[in-house]
Amino acid sequence: MENLSKTCLYDKHIQLGAKMEGFAGYEMPIVYTGIKEEHLAVRNNVGMFDVSHMGEIIVKGKDAMAFVESIFTNKVETLDFGQVAYGMMLYENGTIVDDLLVYKLNNEYFLLVVNASNVAKDYNWIVENSDKFDVLIQNASEDYQEIAVQGPEAEKTLLMALNIDLSNLGFFYFANYDFKNHHLLISRTGYTGEDGFEIYASAEAIREIWDVLIEYHVVLCGLGARDTLRFEAALPLYGHEISDKITPLEAGLKFFVKLDSDYNFIGKKALLDQEENISRRVVGLELTERSIPREGYEVYKDNQLIGHITTGYLSVSLEKPIAMAMINRPHTKKNTEIFVKVRNRMIPGFIRDKKFLEKKYNKTKGA
Amino acid sequence: MSKLVEGLYYSKSHEWVKPLEDDVVLIGITDFAQSELGDVVFVDLPEVGNTISQEDEFGAVESVKAASDLIAPVTGEILEVNEELVGEPELLNKDPYENWLLKVKLENPDELGNLLNSEEYAEFIK
Repeated sequence: MENLSKTCLYDKHIQLGAKMEGFAGYEMPIVYTGIKEEHLAVRNNVGMFDVSHMGEIIVKGKDAMAFVESIFTNKVETLDFGQVAYGMMLYENGTIVDDLLVYKLNNEYFLLVVNASNVAKDYNWIVENSDKFDVLIQNASEDYQEIAVQGPEAEKTLLMALNIDLSNLGFFYFANYDFKNHHLLISRTGYTGEDGFEIYASAEAIREIWDVLIEYHVVLCGLGARDTLRFEAALPLYGHEISDKITPLEAGLKFFVKLDSDYNFIGKKALLDQEENISRRVVGLELTERSIPREGYEVYKDNQLIGHITTGYLSVSLEKPIAMAMINRPHTKKNTEIFVKVRNRMIPGFIRDKKFLEKKYNKTKGA
Repeated sequence: MSKLVEGLYYSKSHEWVKPLEDDVVLIGITDFAQSELGDVVFVDLPEVGNTISQEDEFGAVESVKAASDLIAPVTGEILEVNEELVGEPELLNKDPYENWLLKVKLENPDELGNLLNSEEYAEFIK
């Protein structure tokens, strides 16, 4: 592991005994006490993650809104100031550059939060496509550190620990807050399927907040639990369910693509062409025998290879072997009987929906 | 620090072998192995009557995060499988030396000579 970057919380992770691994060029905590314990803390109580490795790209200027609209699959113009949207950036052929959150500060100022592993690629791609627009694009990843505080007790805990009242912050909205002499940007967003918040701030502020939240018994979580949580919520991960070889339609993310609107964006034409004839799709899958369907395992029907697992676990919350899988049509129908090849044995299972777990987002607040 | 038990034989793939009587041995995974794996959630073991061969894969121990192949430290016929691990795989985290995986009748007891003793294994995982 050479030349790995460290987040502003690196020293704390080491002191706190996290198991560290290289991820997206950063040395990150994978697990603290155990993935199960961390996972269940987020489902039932509250946990926090260092996600400072995420990339932040600022787009500002006179044409900022028109430009972001032209590179983002989801709607931008109709967003409120202070609202967040999930979507993707696409190549002309419709495959995915990255998935991201767009924060709309105003019509001339947007914050794009992208995957750590794609920051450089995304930044270059965004700049390359900005020729015709009067915009300034800035890779601000070094300036923004980030922690995610997730779980049903997140709102209450942040009120007690930071004295910040987030009860009026709506789902997928953000606002500015003060903590001591620090300035924080907080959104009601996350990657776990639970209610929760993402806090962006300077390194100094993030380190202080981290320590305060530990005093309030927020459970420390590593990237291991982050993956099991996002998986159960059927949220895609770049390089797995989505990639530069996969389109949003194949990934089952049409909901986040403004295909039936007048807005144009790079890759739209390719998607409209593909819509008629999608050859494969990410679906859910469940095994009926004790085993665990892991990423990369092959999926068969009648001895014919029909796809592969993109992410799979013995679900921590449901205690069932479930997976997301990229499956060739027409084998994507629910209840299709399939086999997953696990260590040269064929383990039976069936295609199912991706609603492994009821998401518990808090959509009642504010706005 | 990983726990070690003296008098056992250890493989570089982190299995231990405990000789009983009449060339019968117990096979398990080491404390180092369970600690590297984290929460064990599934143990995939072969059936009684099958044969395992030294250095060949014979099953897997799976944590939440990943599957890890089990590599046979010796060659022999499987006399018993620890069925308790099917229902309670987390026993491997609690006590990896008490909770063995297989009881095996050695085909060639000389193979134990290919394995490490506790000092050598301690050095190996340093």
